[in-house]
Formats: sequence, C-alpha cells, structure tokens
Amino acid sequence: MPDFITDTVLLWPLAIPLATAALCAAAWASPRVQQAASLTGLVLTLGASLVLLDAVMAQGIVTKQFGGWAPPFGISFVADRFGAAMVVISGVLALAAGLFAIADVRRRQVKAGFYPLFQGLMVGVNGAFLTGDIFNLYVWFEVMLIATLGLITLDRTRAQLDGAIKYAVLNLFSTILFLMAIGLLYGVTGTLNMADLARVLPQTDGSMALTVSAMLFLLAFGIKAGFFPLFFWLPASYHTATIIVSAVFAGLLTKVGVYACFRVFTLLFEVNDGGIRPIVAFFAAGTMLFGVFGAAIQWDIRRILSFHIISQIGYIMLGLAIATPLAMAGAVFYIIHHIVVKANLFFVAGAIHRATGTYDLRKAGGLMKASPLLAVLFLVPALSLAGIPPLSGFWAKFMVIDASFRADMAWLGALALFVGLLTVFSMSKIWIEAFWKTSPRKVSRVRAVPVAMLVPIAALGAITLAIGFNPEPLVAFANVAAGTMTDPAEFIAAVFAERQIAGATP
Amino acid sequence: MNLVYAFAIAAQMGCGVYLLLSRHGMRILIGIVLLSTATNLLIFVAGGLRFTAPPVIEPGLQVLAAETANALPQALILTAIVIGFALVSFAAALMLKTYRSVGSVITSDHTDAEALGSPFAKEAPRNA
Repeated sequence: MPDFITDTVLLWPLAIPLATAALCAAAWASPRVQQAASLTGLVLTLGASLVLLDAVMAQGIVTKQFGGWAPPFGISFVADRFGAAMVVISGVLALAAGLFAIADVRRRQVKAGFYPLFQGLMVGVNGAFLTGDIFNLYVWFEVMLIATLGLITLDRTRAQLDGAIKYAVLNLFSTILFLMAIGLLYGVTGTLNMADLARVLPQTDGSMALTVSAMLFLLAFGIKAGFFPLFFWLPASYHTATIIVSAVFAGLLTKVGVYACFRVFTLLFEVNDGGIRPIVAFFAAGTMLFGVFGAAIQWDIRRILSFHIISQIGYIMLGLAIATPLAMAGAVFYIIHHIVVKANLFFVAGAIHRATGTYDLRKAGGLMKASPLLAVLFLVPALSLAGIPPLSGFWAKFMVIDASFRADMAWLGALALFVGLLTVFSMSKIWIEAFWKTSPRKVSRVRAVPVAMLVPIAALGAITLAIGFNPEPLVAFANVAAGTMTDPAEFIAAVFAERQIAGATP
Repeated sequence: MNLVYAFAIAAQMGCGVYLLLSRHGMRILIGIVLLSTATNLLIFVAGGLRFTAPPVIEPGLQVLAAETANALPQALILTAIVIGFALVSFAAALMLKTYRSVGSVITSDHTDAEALGSPFAKEAPRNA
C-alpha cells in the first residue's frame, strides 16, 4: 500500500461519512442527489473500513496521533481487531440500510433530513469505535445522540415525539453520568488517553473516587446499551421510529454502549476487582430474562424485536461477566452476529409492513402463500436469533454458554439456554401470526415487496448463512480480537510506539 | 476551598435530581441543565484548584514553567458546555413541539409511544 494510505487509514471511515453528510445537507432540495451521494458514501465507507481491517490484520494495532502530539497529550485514534471489525460490520449494515432506503424512505422524510442525519450517525458510530481517548468517546456519543434524535422524530408523529422525549432525557442523563465518571477518573489519574490510563491505573491505589467512577461508567454504558434495570427507554422509543431507522438503531446504537463497556472494563478497570463481576453477571442475567419476557407478551412486531435487542445484549454481557478469553471471544462473535441478524429482522418487519400494511400481528397473515420468498428470508435471521444450528446464532450462543460452563458460572449458562427457548417461542409467534395463519381480513390485499427491500434482506441473510456454515475463520478472528482485549500490553505498546515528529517530543 | 466547591456541587446536583423526578417536562429539562453544569464544575475541581500562573510558555523555553495552570480541564469543560448547550436546545425544541402536538408537558399525559403497538389495546392504533 502507498504511504499516503497507510498513514491516514484511520481517518477515512470518519472522513467519508462526514463529507457525505455535508454533501447531502448541501443538496437539501434534491432527494435524488442526496440518495446517490449517500449510496456512494456508504460504499466508499465500507471500502475504507475494509482497508482499515486489512491494515490491522497485517500489522497489528494501528494508531494515529492527531496534530502530531506525543501520545498522552494529543487525541489518539486506535484501531485494534475488535474496533476495526466493528467499523466493518457497521459499514455493511449501513450499506444494507442505504439500499433499503431506496424503497422505504419517503419524500417527506428526505425533506426532514434523513440522509444527512443518517450519515451523521455513521460519523458518530465510527468515531466511537476508533477513538483512543475517553473524553473523545464522550464527544462521539453526543454526535451520535444528536443525529439519533433527529432520526427518531423524522415524521413528527405524536408517538415519535413522545418516544424521542424519553430517549432524549434518559440518554442525556446517561451522558452526564459518563462525564462525571470521566471527571473523577481524570482527578485521580490526570490523564484521559485510554492507553495511558491502562498504564497508570494498575499502579494507582484503589480509592473511593475510582470505585465511584467505575460504577458511573457501568451505569452510563448500561443505559446506552439497555441493561436490565435501565432498559425501559428502549422499547418505549425504538418502535416509534420509521422502520429503517429502527433497524439501524437496533443494529448499532446499543452495540456502541456494549463496545464502550468492553473497552472500559478490559483496559481501565478489571472485571475481577472491586466487585464488578457479580454486578455485571446480575445485570446480564436480568437483561436476558426480562428482555425475552417483555417480548413474549407483545403483539407488535417492532416491539417484539425491540425487547429482543435487550435480551440479546444480556448474552453479550455474559461474555464480559465471565471475562475469560474464551468468553470474550464469544462476546465478539456474538456482537458481529447480532448486528447482522437484528437489523435484518427489522428489515423483514418493514417488508411485512409493506406487504400487509400493518405491524400488528393480529391483523397480519397469509404471507406464506402470498410471498414464500419473504417467508424463507424471515426464517434465516429468526432461527439464527433463536440459536438453531447451523446458523450463526448457534455458534455465538454455543461460545458464550460453553465459556460459562467452563468458568464455573453454570447458572448463567443454564439461564441463557432457557432464554434461548423463549426466543424460539416469540419468533414462532411472528412466524405463525404473520406467515402461517390465513389473513383475518375478508379481502386479502397483499402488496408486492419491492426488490430494493429484498436485496439487503437477502444479503444480510447470506452473511448469516455464511457465518453459520463456515464459522471457523470468524471464531479464529474473535479469539485473536479477544486476546488483544484481555491483554492491554499490546494496546499500550501500539499507542506509545515511538514516532519521531519534529517539535512534538520534548 | 475544595470542600466549599464540593458542597456547592453536591447541592446543585441535589437540586438537579429533585427536578428530574418531577412530572413537568420543563422541570425535567432544567434538572438536566443543572446536573450537566454541576458535572462541569466537578471536572473543574478534579483538575485541581490552585492559584497558579497562566499556562503560557515563556520565550526561549520548550515546556511550561512549574506552578502553571492546567489548561486541559478548561478545554474539556468548554467542549462539554458547547455540546450540552446544543443538546439542551434541541430538547427544549422537542418539548415545545410535543407541547403543541400533545397539548401537555406533564409526563403522565405522554402515552402515545406506549399506546403504539400496546399488547393490551384491543386493536393497536395506527402510526399517526
């Protein structure tokens, strides 16, 4: 690769969506230009993130110090394998959403700024995955939040405004907690660079301020990710958004919270000390269980899926609670699998809505006969989410549950298996009501689903199948990615690697 | 000095949390504003409160002299103020829009999101 690219490889996943957002905002009056610019931007972003992943695979952790300041002083960007993989998978999801948007986004929604906001969301998400500075992470969270609030209120219906208020207040509260945690951490250590913190914190004596800071981090990310006692804003707001927005939120936003949780509780604080492990384990168990219970009584597809996001976050947190390398690898695998599958299910829900005109399962029906292709395309992510072999969800569940039995936390594993059973139950509810039973309406009006909707659904389904039938490469990748997470030495070394820049080093 | 600041921040946060627990939308918003400014003060205290020289590098030197102020907390607080301002103004606009469309700022009247696709409604209302 030419020097120019290797030098700036970390910037492009951020710079491209940012430029696209600006372009889309400039072309406010012309939806066609916005659509073309958005699609081009998404393809380029995915390309750039693949280049980044390639660079990370080839030469280990890639870092970049902005302004040429020596590490702890400037803002550093870091991509390890986990971060790079997250950027790639969010690029894939965003491209799928961009294709889906061709058929789904209405003119009114474009006028409300769908494309610039969507690109802005990608800026925030990619920034959060790549930053190596804890305060900078807060900034990316806020970038994400403001784009999210715009997206959730695209149609300005009463339900959306109501959902947006709940979303805004609780997420603002969460970022305030995050900022408090950063303030306390800075007071104790005097640094904000994550690699520097990972170096300084093990030598720092435990103190009240550090414990409070760790708890505040856990609460702040817990609200973002939707942990058990803190998740109630999620099913109160996600289902009100237009379906493509819900799909992107479901795939990416909670995962950013989970990602931040993994970063902070592997690099900065050890899960083992300070009694963090039992709390995380308790959160994980509650998240799995109550998410799936919530889903069980719902009749609206979007709400069933919203509650399932929570339940699945519990499985990922299971990995952090156990915190063995095996469990971490399982969690990495699970996140990648879940982003693909969950967004795909929301896309299918959008297709069901297009075909039957309703999200309410009691009113839907007859799709099996009317659209067998859609039925097959629904089965792939649904069975994968429930963990039926040989789909990707089976391997993801197998890895975390296997790790829990090996690490003497069998009760968590058993609970995970039970929750898997309930997941099958609520997936079969969608299957029976929407596809199997005959339509309850006298005149059955099933509309055709446009190809632009089916293509991303099929593509994401193909990824699920590919992971399911050939999990070996991804398992190997997850093991390596977990290795760099459980051992921060490589991360620190990469950030502090001596780079001679004139005038920067004192 | 630190203790005075600590009590002031605690009092402000207490007021913020009290307002957050209200059922009135605008009070909740003001509670958030109070909490976020209290957090900014917290960062300020965490950076260390001392009477120090301004952080300017003298001509001919490479680094700051001893006993100069730490500029980083101020940079952090400035960033946090700007971001907080943007989000609070958005939230205020959102609240205004909701007031115009729902006709109330009392949170117990904000039930539209729950009603959409509620499992207990006989027939779920359409997204309107």
